[in-house]
Amino acid sequence: MDFASILIQTLNSLQYGLLLFLVASGLTLVFGIMGIINLAHGSFYMIGAYLAFVLTSVTGSLFTAILLGIPLTFAIGALLEWALFSHLYKRDHLEQVLLTYGLILIFEELRSLLVGDEVHGVDIPALFSASIPLSDVLSYPVYRLVISAVCIVLALGLYFLIQRTRLGMMIRAGNHDRSMVEALGININMIYRVVFALGFALAALAGMLAAPISSVFPNMGSHVLIISFVIVVIGGIGSVWGALIAALVIGFADTFGKVLLPDFSGMVVYLVMAAVLLWRPEGILKKG
Amino acid sequence: MGHTLNGAFKLGIGMALVAATLGTSQAADDKIKVGFMLPYTGTYASLGNAITNGFKQFVAEQGGKLGGREIEYYTVDDESDPAKATENANKLVKRDKVDLLVGTVHSGVALAMAKVARENKTLLIVPNAGADEITGPLCAPNVFRSSFSAWQPSYAMGQLMAQKGLKKVVTLTWKYSFGQQSVDGFKEAFEKSGGKVVKDMTLPFPNVEFQPFLTEIAALKPDAVFVFFAGAGAAKFVKDYAAAGLNRSVPLYGPGFLTDGNLDAMGEAGKGLQTTLHYADGLDNKKDPAFRLGYAKTYKMQPDVYAVQGYDAAQLYNAGLKAAGGDAGKQAEVIKGMESARIDSPRGAFTLSKAHNPVQDIYLREVQGGQNKVISIAAKGLADPARGCKM
Repeated sequence: MDFASILIQTLNSLQYGLLLFLVASGLTLVFGIMGIINLAHGSFYMIGAYLAFVLTSVTGSLFTAILLGIPLTFAIGALLEWALFSHLYKRDHLEQVLLTYGLILIFEELRSLLVGDEVHGVDIPALFSASIPLSDVLSYPVYRLVISAVCIVLALGLYFLIQRTRLGMMIRAGNHDRSMVEALGININMIYRVVFALGFALAALAGMLAAPISSVFPNMGSHVLIISFVIVVIGGIGSVWGALIAALVIGFADTFGKVLLPDFSGMVVYLVMAAVLLWRPEGILKKG
Repeated sequence: MGHTLNGAFKLGIGMALVAATLGTSQAADDKIKVGFMLPYTGTYASLGNAITNGFKQFVAEQGGKLGGREIEYYTVDDESDPAKATENANKLVKRDKVDLLVGTVHSGVALAMAKVARENKTLLIVPNAGADEITGPLCAPNVFRSSFSAWQPSYAMGQLMAQKGLKKVVTLTWKYSFGQQSVDGFKEAFEKSGGKVVKDMTLPFPNVEFQPFLTEIAALKPDAVFVFFAGAGAAKFVKDYAAAGLNRSVPLYGPGFLTDGNLDAMGEAGKGLQTTLHYADGLDNKKDPAFRLGYAKTYKMQPDVYAVQGYDAAQLYNAGLKAAGGDAGKQAEVIKGMESARIDSPRGAFTLSKAHNPVQDIYLREVQGGQNKVISIAAKGLADPARGCKM
C-alpha cells in the first residue's frame, strides 16, 4: 500500500468510525446511561431512515424531512417510554430484552404494511452532492464529510449535556441510585422520559442522515444493532467519549482489516473487541 | 380431515370407517397436490409472491389444470431460514404428501429441500435458488430447476468482457457461496479468453461499507470491475461507486442481480450499467408480451424474472404430467416428460440439461429509463457444466 492509499484509507476509517458513533450515540444514552437493554435500537434507526424517505418524497427536501423528523421521533420516543419502558426500570434485564425484541417485530411489520418491502433510495441534497477529487480516478463525496462533521458536533453536544449540565448530573445520579434521587425531590420519571426520547431521536437522526448513502430497506436496523452494542461495550458502558473512541477504533479495524486481512475481515472487529475487553474488562473508559 | 374424524367418532366406529374411506377416495380423487415452500415474509417476500403468482398464472391459462388435472395448493412460508428448512419441507412432503414441491429463493434453504426431496423421492422444482450444487454434486433424477445456476450469467459476462478487449479486472463480492460461485464462473470464462483477474476482493455478508475497496480499486486502476451484489446492498454499492467517481474511468459489470428490483433506489447512479441475466426488459419474442400483459392484468403489477421462473416451473410440471397421462404417481414418466420438454418461456424457449438446469440464452442488458433493456445475446444456449453431477 503506498502512502496516498494509506492516507485515503485513514480518511475512510475516520469517516466510518464517526458514522458508527452517530448510530451508537442513542444507544450510549439508553443502554449506557439509563441501563436499559434496548434491542429495538436498530428499529429506531430504521424508523429514521424510512421517515427520511417518506418525508423527503412528500416535502422534496431532506433538510425539511430531518427538521420534521427530529421532533416527531422525539415525541414517539416519549410516548413509548410512557407506555412501555417506564414500567420496566425495576424489572429484570430479561424482561427488557423480551419487550424490545417484540418491538423489533412490531416495527418491521408496520414498516412492511405502511411502506412495503422494496428497496428505496433517498437523494443526497443538491447542496452536498458534489465530490472532492482525491486522486486521478478517485473522489470523495462531500455528503460523507458533512455527516462526519455532524457526528463531531453531536459527540461534543452529548458530552456537554451529560458531564456539564444540571440535567446530565441528574441523569447520572439517577443511574446510580434511582430511589435516592427521587427522595431528593427530583422528578426522575420526567428525566428518564426526556433521555429515552433523546436516544430515540438520535438513533432516528442517524437513520435519516445515513439514508442517502445506505438506501432504505427491510431489516436495515438489524445491521447496525450488533455493531452499536459492540461500540458501547468496548467504549465503557456509560461513557460518551469511550463510545467515540471505540467507534473510531472499530472504524480503523474494519477498514484496514478489509484491505490487509481480506480473508478474516469479518472477524477483525470482534478480535479487536476481545482484545480490548481482555485488556480492560470494563471497556476503554469506564465511568464510575 | 381431523374435524371430520372427530365428528365421526361421536357417531360411532361404523361412521368413522365411512369417513375414512371417503377421505382416501377423495385423495385419489384427482387433485394434484402442489406444495409451495417459499418466502412470504422477510426480505425475499416479494420474490416468493412473484414466483407463486407466476405459477398460478400458467395454471389459470390452462383452465385451472395441469396435465388435465385440477390443482390443490399447499403453502409453507420458509422465512428464508435454513435452520427451519428441513422441518418446513417435511411438512409438505410427509404431512401433506404433495406430488410436487416448489421452492425456493434462498440457496441454503433450497439445498436442504433438495436433500429432503432426494430422501423421499418427491419431485422438486427449484424456481430461483442458483447454488451450483443443486444441479451439480447434489443433482438427482427428481430435482429440477426452472431458473439458472450461479455460474451461468457470470460465465457469459466473463466471455463478453474478454471480447470487449478488457485485460485487467478486479472482482468484488460478499464472501458467501453464491458470490464466490459467481466470481468463479466469471473468472473461468474471462481467464480462458486471455484476461487476467488481478485481485479478488470479498467482504462479509451483509456488510455494506465499501469505501476501503473503492480506494483499493482506484489504486489498482484495472480496466474494469466485476461484482456480485444484489438488492439493497447492490444499490448502495452502485451509488458509492458513482459517488467515488470511479464510474467515469473504470466500468462496472456484474450478473443481473446487481440491477434487478432496485433501480429506483439507485437513481442516476445506475444509468448505463451493463449486466447479464437470463431475462431482460423488451425481449423480442412472442411469448413475453403476452405473459406480461396477462400478469399485469391479473396481479395489477409488472412481472419480474422471479415471476417468469414460477411460470416456467408450472410449464415444466405440465409437460411432465402430460407425458404421464395426468398421473402424478407415475413419477418416472413425469420425469421423462420434463427432461425432454421444450419450454416456451417468456425469457425465450429453453430445454433442460442432463442435470436438469435450463440450457438458455443469457442476455446482455443495459439500464435505460429505469429498465434493464436487452442489448444482445451474451451467450446463446448456455448450459451449466454440472460439475460433480453423477447422473
